[in-house]
Amino acid sequence: MIISVASGKGGTGKTTVATNLAASVGQGVQFLDCDVEQPNANLFLNPEIEDSEIVTVPVPDVDEEKCTLCGKCAEICQFKAIVVIGETVLTFHELCHSCGGCVEVCPEKAISESSREIGLLERGHSNGIEFIYGSLRVGEAMSPPLIKKVRSLTDDGKITIIDAPPGTSCPVIAAMKGADYVLLVTEPTPFGLHDLKLAVGAVRILGIPHGLVINRSDIGNDEVKRYAQEENIPILMEIPFDRKIAESYSRGELLVEAMPEWKEKFLSLYEQIKQSIGAS
Amino acid sequence: MKELVIISGKGGTGKTSVVAAFAALSQDMVLCDADVDAADLHLIMDPVIKEEHDFTGGHTAIIDQEKCTQCGLCRELCRWDAISEDFVVDSIECEGCGVCYYFCPEKAIDFPENTCGQWFISETRFGPMVHARLGIAEENSGKLVTLVRQEAKKVAENQGKELIITDGPPGVGCPVIASIGGASAVLVVAEPTVAGKHDMERVVQLASHFRIPALLCVNKFDLNPSSTEAIEALAKAQGVELMGRVPFDPLFTKAMVQGKSVVEFDGKSSATLALNSVWGKVRDYLG
Repeated sequence: MIISVASGKGGTGKTTVATNLAASVGQGVQFLDCDVEQPNANLFLNPEIEDSEIVTVPVPDVDEEKCTLCGKCAEICQFKAIVVIGETVLTFHELCHSCGGCVEVCPEKAISESSREIGLLERGHSNGIEFIYGSLRVGEAMSPPLIKKVRSLTDDGKITIIDAPPGTSCPVIAAMKGADYVLLVTEPTPFGLHDLKLAVGAVRILGIPHGLVINRSDIGNDEVKRYAQEENIPILMEIPFDRKIAESYSRGELLVEAMPEWKEKFLSLYEQIKQSIGAS
Repeated sequence: MKELVIISGKGGTGKTSVVAAFAALSQDMVLCDADVDAADLHLIMDPVIKEEHDFTGGHTAIIDQEKCTQCGLCRELCRWDAISEDFVVDSIECEGCGVCYYFCPEKAIDFPENTCGQWFISETRFGPMVHARLGIAEENSGKLVTLVRQEAKKVAENQGKELIITDGPPGVGCPVIASIGGASAVLVVAEPTVAGKHDMERVVQLASHFRIPALLCVNKFDLNPSSTEAIEALAKAQGVELMGRVPFDPLFTKAMVQGKSVVEFDGKSSATLALNSVWGKVRDYLG
């Protein structure tokens, strides 16, 4: 079972919900932090890292001896990552999307592929939870290949909880696609509502069952609840604003540890998700 | 002309609220919303759209079932597994690389350009604003960011404005890189949490990687004063100039609900006074 925790707007509490849900269910959980631009879940779950791996993508290298400067590689490349200027072929590895088109099209077989580092993948355990996360190399633009690499380690026998990045474009899609359920975390403010609508649009394009957690539920206004009702999106949990919660979060503490009464609520959240996956 | 880009690394630290406050305090700048993925600045600025343009970026493959002989070459070459067993392209998975289109022996694949968003030039109560809307689940957010920043520059040139204030996206990836290149400075709005500290450090590294001067403002500083000090010390060690602290204040949310910046909502609140001081320092820094 794969549960992806997403939000549209950043800073609404995705990581809080994902990590506390994981810690409450405990045994049998696999946690994938797919917010590879800013992975934070490890700061709360404190896994012991057992294995670390550099993640790379293939990029072209041109053998100048064989190259006849025909320009077919530059013609097929949609990303301007390989160009012919005068008597040389230039490659721009950071623009390359690794499609392999240039390698395939070169009539002289002058192009081979080497690898370019995009980030790090780390694996470990925390209280019976298998923990995997990706960390994008600072300065690297493309996160989806790293997110896909993290997702490729999904263990079908486990309850996989994914911490998705904010937004609604390609990295988020990479973190939600193929999930059995998307848990959307929002806050009841105009920004929260606006970005929630975008996130709901994305989840609907993917056709995944989804529900809502409203964080800091007593600030702002009632528009998020009204929207959820109109759109028939179930509200599975509300977390009120509490300075104590905000302060314990600031120190990197799990809510279920700082205030153990929340564990039951997160377990009930998990049961509701399980039921709606079963029902769909 | 100067461009100040507000970024944060972590989402939800208050970037957009700070941008709105600066706009209200400056009243002589061009606003640019470069968080095209989840743009929110317009909810406070209430822009009146003067110009609307389609944003085209990238292509998607479409297979003509009449011409397709199901030879399978496209599926073999596609590295995104975007072509199904019955030869339909999944437009979400399609990377737009054009390899299938180029090699199809039957020329059965079309490769049209996508319209993946809109961008706008608008007027607000504080001056002109350039903003955009990227379609849901679309790619090319970096290109759209670059475009809105270029257009904001043109507007500033045409109207003789000396300053552009840009609301940046969260993270450190493609759209953030596109939003800071060539800027005069970035102001990092951080929050005093373990995640906020971690994310501030990474986004400051990014700015230094691209040789953009970084400034820091800690928002909600009183939620964890010792963490605020730790963040400021860490930032200082990374060569970041400190612009000040803003207290946690429920007025930010109240102002947002009314579509106002916190400065307009309550000119005497502690948050407003703090932002005033931060803005003064930023303005002095930019010169």
